[in-house]
Amino acid sequence: MLRLNMLLMLFSVFCALATVTSQHKARQLFQALELEQERARQLDIEFGQLQLELSTWAAHPRIEQIARERLKMRVPDPAHIIIARSGTPGNAP
Amino acid sequence: MMRFPGKLLGRSLGRRTPGRPHRFAESPVLQLRLPSWRSYLFSVMFLVFFLALIGRSFYLQILNTDFLQGKGDSRYRRDLEISASRGRILDRNGEILGISTPMRSIWAIPGDTNLSPEQLQKLAQLLKADSRELARKLNTDRNFVWLQRQVPPEAAQQIAGEKFPGVHQENEYRRFYPTGDMTAHIVGFTSVDDKGLEGVELAFQSNLMGMNGSRSVIRDRRGQIVEDVGSIRYPLDGKDIHLALDSKIQYLAYSTLKKAIAENRAKAGGVVVVDTKTGEILALANWPTYNPNNREQLSGAPLRNRAVTDSFEPGSTLKPFTAALALEKGKYRYDSIINCAPGRITINGATISDPHPHGALTLAQVIQKSSNVGMARVAASFTPQEMWDMFASVGFGKQPGLGFPGEVPGRLRPWNKWRPIEQATMAYGHGISVSLMQLARSYTVFARDGDLIPLSLIRIENGDLVSGTQVFSPQTAREMRAMLELAVQPGGTAPRARVPGYRVAGKTGTAYKIEGGAYAKKYVASFVGIVPASDPRLVIAVMIDEPGGSGYYGGTVAGPVFATVAAGALRTFGIPPDAPVTIQARQENVPGTPETTATRLAQGPELMETPTGGPL
Repeated sequence: MLRLNMLLMLFSVFCALATVTSQHKARQLFQALELEQERARQLDIEFGQLQLELSTWAAHPRIEQIARERLKMRVPDPAHIIIARSGTPGNAP
Repeated sequence: MMRFPGKLLGRSLGRRTPGRPHRFAESPVLQLRLPSWRSYLFSVMFLVFFLALIGRSFYLQILNTDFLQGKGDSRYRRDLEISASRGRILDRNGEILGISTPMRSIWAIPGDTNLSPEQLQKLAQLLKADSRELARKLNTDRNFVWLQRQVPPEAAQQIAGEKFPGVHQENEYRRFYPTGDMTAHIVGFTSVDDKGLEGVELAFQSNLMGMNGSRSVIRDRRGQIVEDVGSIRYPLDGKDIHLALDSKIQYLAYSTLKKAIAENRAKAGGVVVVDTKTGEILALANWPTYNPNNREQLSGAPLRNRAVTDSFEPGSTLKPFTAALALEKGKYRYDSIINCAPGRITINGATISDPHPHGALTLAQVIQKSSNVGMARVAASFTPQEMWDMFASVGFGKQPGLGFPGEVPGRLRPWNKWRPIEQATMAYGHGISVSLMQLARSYTVFARDGDLIPLSLIRIENGDLVSGTQVFSPQTAREMRAMLELAVQPGGTAPRARVPGYRVAGKTGTAYKIEGGAYAKKYVASFVGIVPASDPRLVIAVMIDEPGGSGYYGGTVAGPVFATVAAGALRTFGIPPDAPVTIQARQENVPGTPETTATRLAQGPELMETPTGGPL
């Protein structure tokens, strides 16, 4: 009888320790998950900010200014444009 | 209770006879006979204790549980709000027109903030605010004050690092508009609290708006989240809105308009570009405009989206509708001769005149030369109701229904109240007022095969599903396009609206403005064009309000704006030219001798029968 009791007691101590350990692990994992989710949110925010930055750099007035002034680009006059039509060769006006 | 053992002990000691030996096992205490009421008393007392315990636990666990549970939860459980972001506004190619990004808002509990003068100085410096202003804000007996809303995250981090007592932060989204003043009127803007106030931001508020979620968690001593309790309500982010707008065309329209207004020293203006196949609004530019990113400026006249909220008397741009009605009713043909001499006509004592007197003109030439007298004569053949029905069916006098705030229906008086002179003036666009948006939409009738389609601010995925209501027959629409091509040819009113390589159909308008009930010597110059005329893809409407330069005619002021925008838009969409470029090039060199179908149409009726490659 005493032996059985001792055994049961040991078993319950073991179970208690296991519960504590698994609870601890669960919390650690949960915090890791929490951290990653926070990181995902931050990246999302950063993505938005980068998109904003991109569209600021790619603003049309800026592109036009650079194209015209720095790269000296211009729209070709109609006489210099050749229209290539698909399918019906020789039908072009 | 504590007295019983003492009594017991005293009695037992008293009974012991000193000196008499006894065995250890036989305790004299055991020989005592206790009165039976003692055990009863104990039993009853225990019973009472247990009942009291049961009662107490009943009280705590069942009666008072909510309060206690709440108190307990408040020690470790926290409800967190998960903020949802507002949807983005994108153009048809996915370029960003409006986007939300989180900023930090700084607030304080004035009672808790005991800042030293140095701290106050430091805080003001970090907030880029005046320290006296800040001190004034903190010197109230309210429990909550915003110190600065929407502070950039870096500055907020520095403020958090200083650990000012009683100063707190929270996340708030701020809206940014990278395209700024260029798209201000179409996109609109939001309030500080992320609610749409103007434009698409207001029109699509319910779609753009996000729904914040929430979760409750258990936090440990260090403030870290340990566990989720209960169910999580996930946040619903707002939906992105894909506008029909093409930001390239929009930029072109905006910058061209801005330049034209500066050149002509005009007061205001607008450009609307509509895709005739789908009814999508590809560009909507207004001047004056504003920068939606700068909150201090958000008031006054520049906020008005003139193209939809302001109506004006369009003048000659309405003539094609009268002419189309004449064709539709079979009362006139494109080559019917109308006597416009001597350039004046008197109806009920009021005189209508042409700026340049014409003789006898065909209906096509009346449109080409924009003769008021000719139009008045044509209008005299209709009943008022016929004309009213036609104007109403192309959308005048009704809100276009885009969902924009403050859309005007324009002014179209009921036909039974018309006077004869009104019917004559309406034929050439006076006595009726429309918005630029309505004007652009009405021209889709000529650009399509006589049907009117609803306009859309939103990108349309499948253009085949667009259906309209038939207003004119396809034949009428084609004939009108041919007539409108004449206006852009030399001899017409808008040779400067030509686009090299493309056939253009369009109509100018130069209208007097009404001021205080009378026509003033101020003008509204307009031009509405359709390109390419052989297979229309775009309708572009241009309006310049009060041009103050040397020219004020629609053809000279609004025409060139149309030409620039059209050329760019056609190139953007890769629409192949439908006019021989070589002939166009020759036209540039030798003005006045074009040999296209459209001019031949104007010269005489016999050529109308055998057009080559023409739209008829």
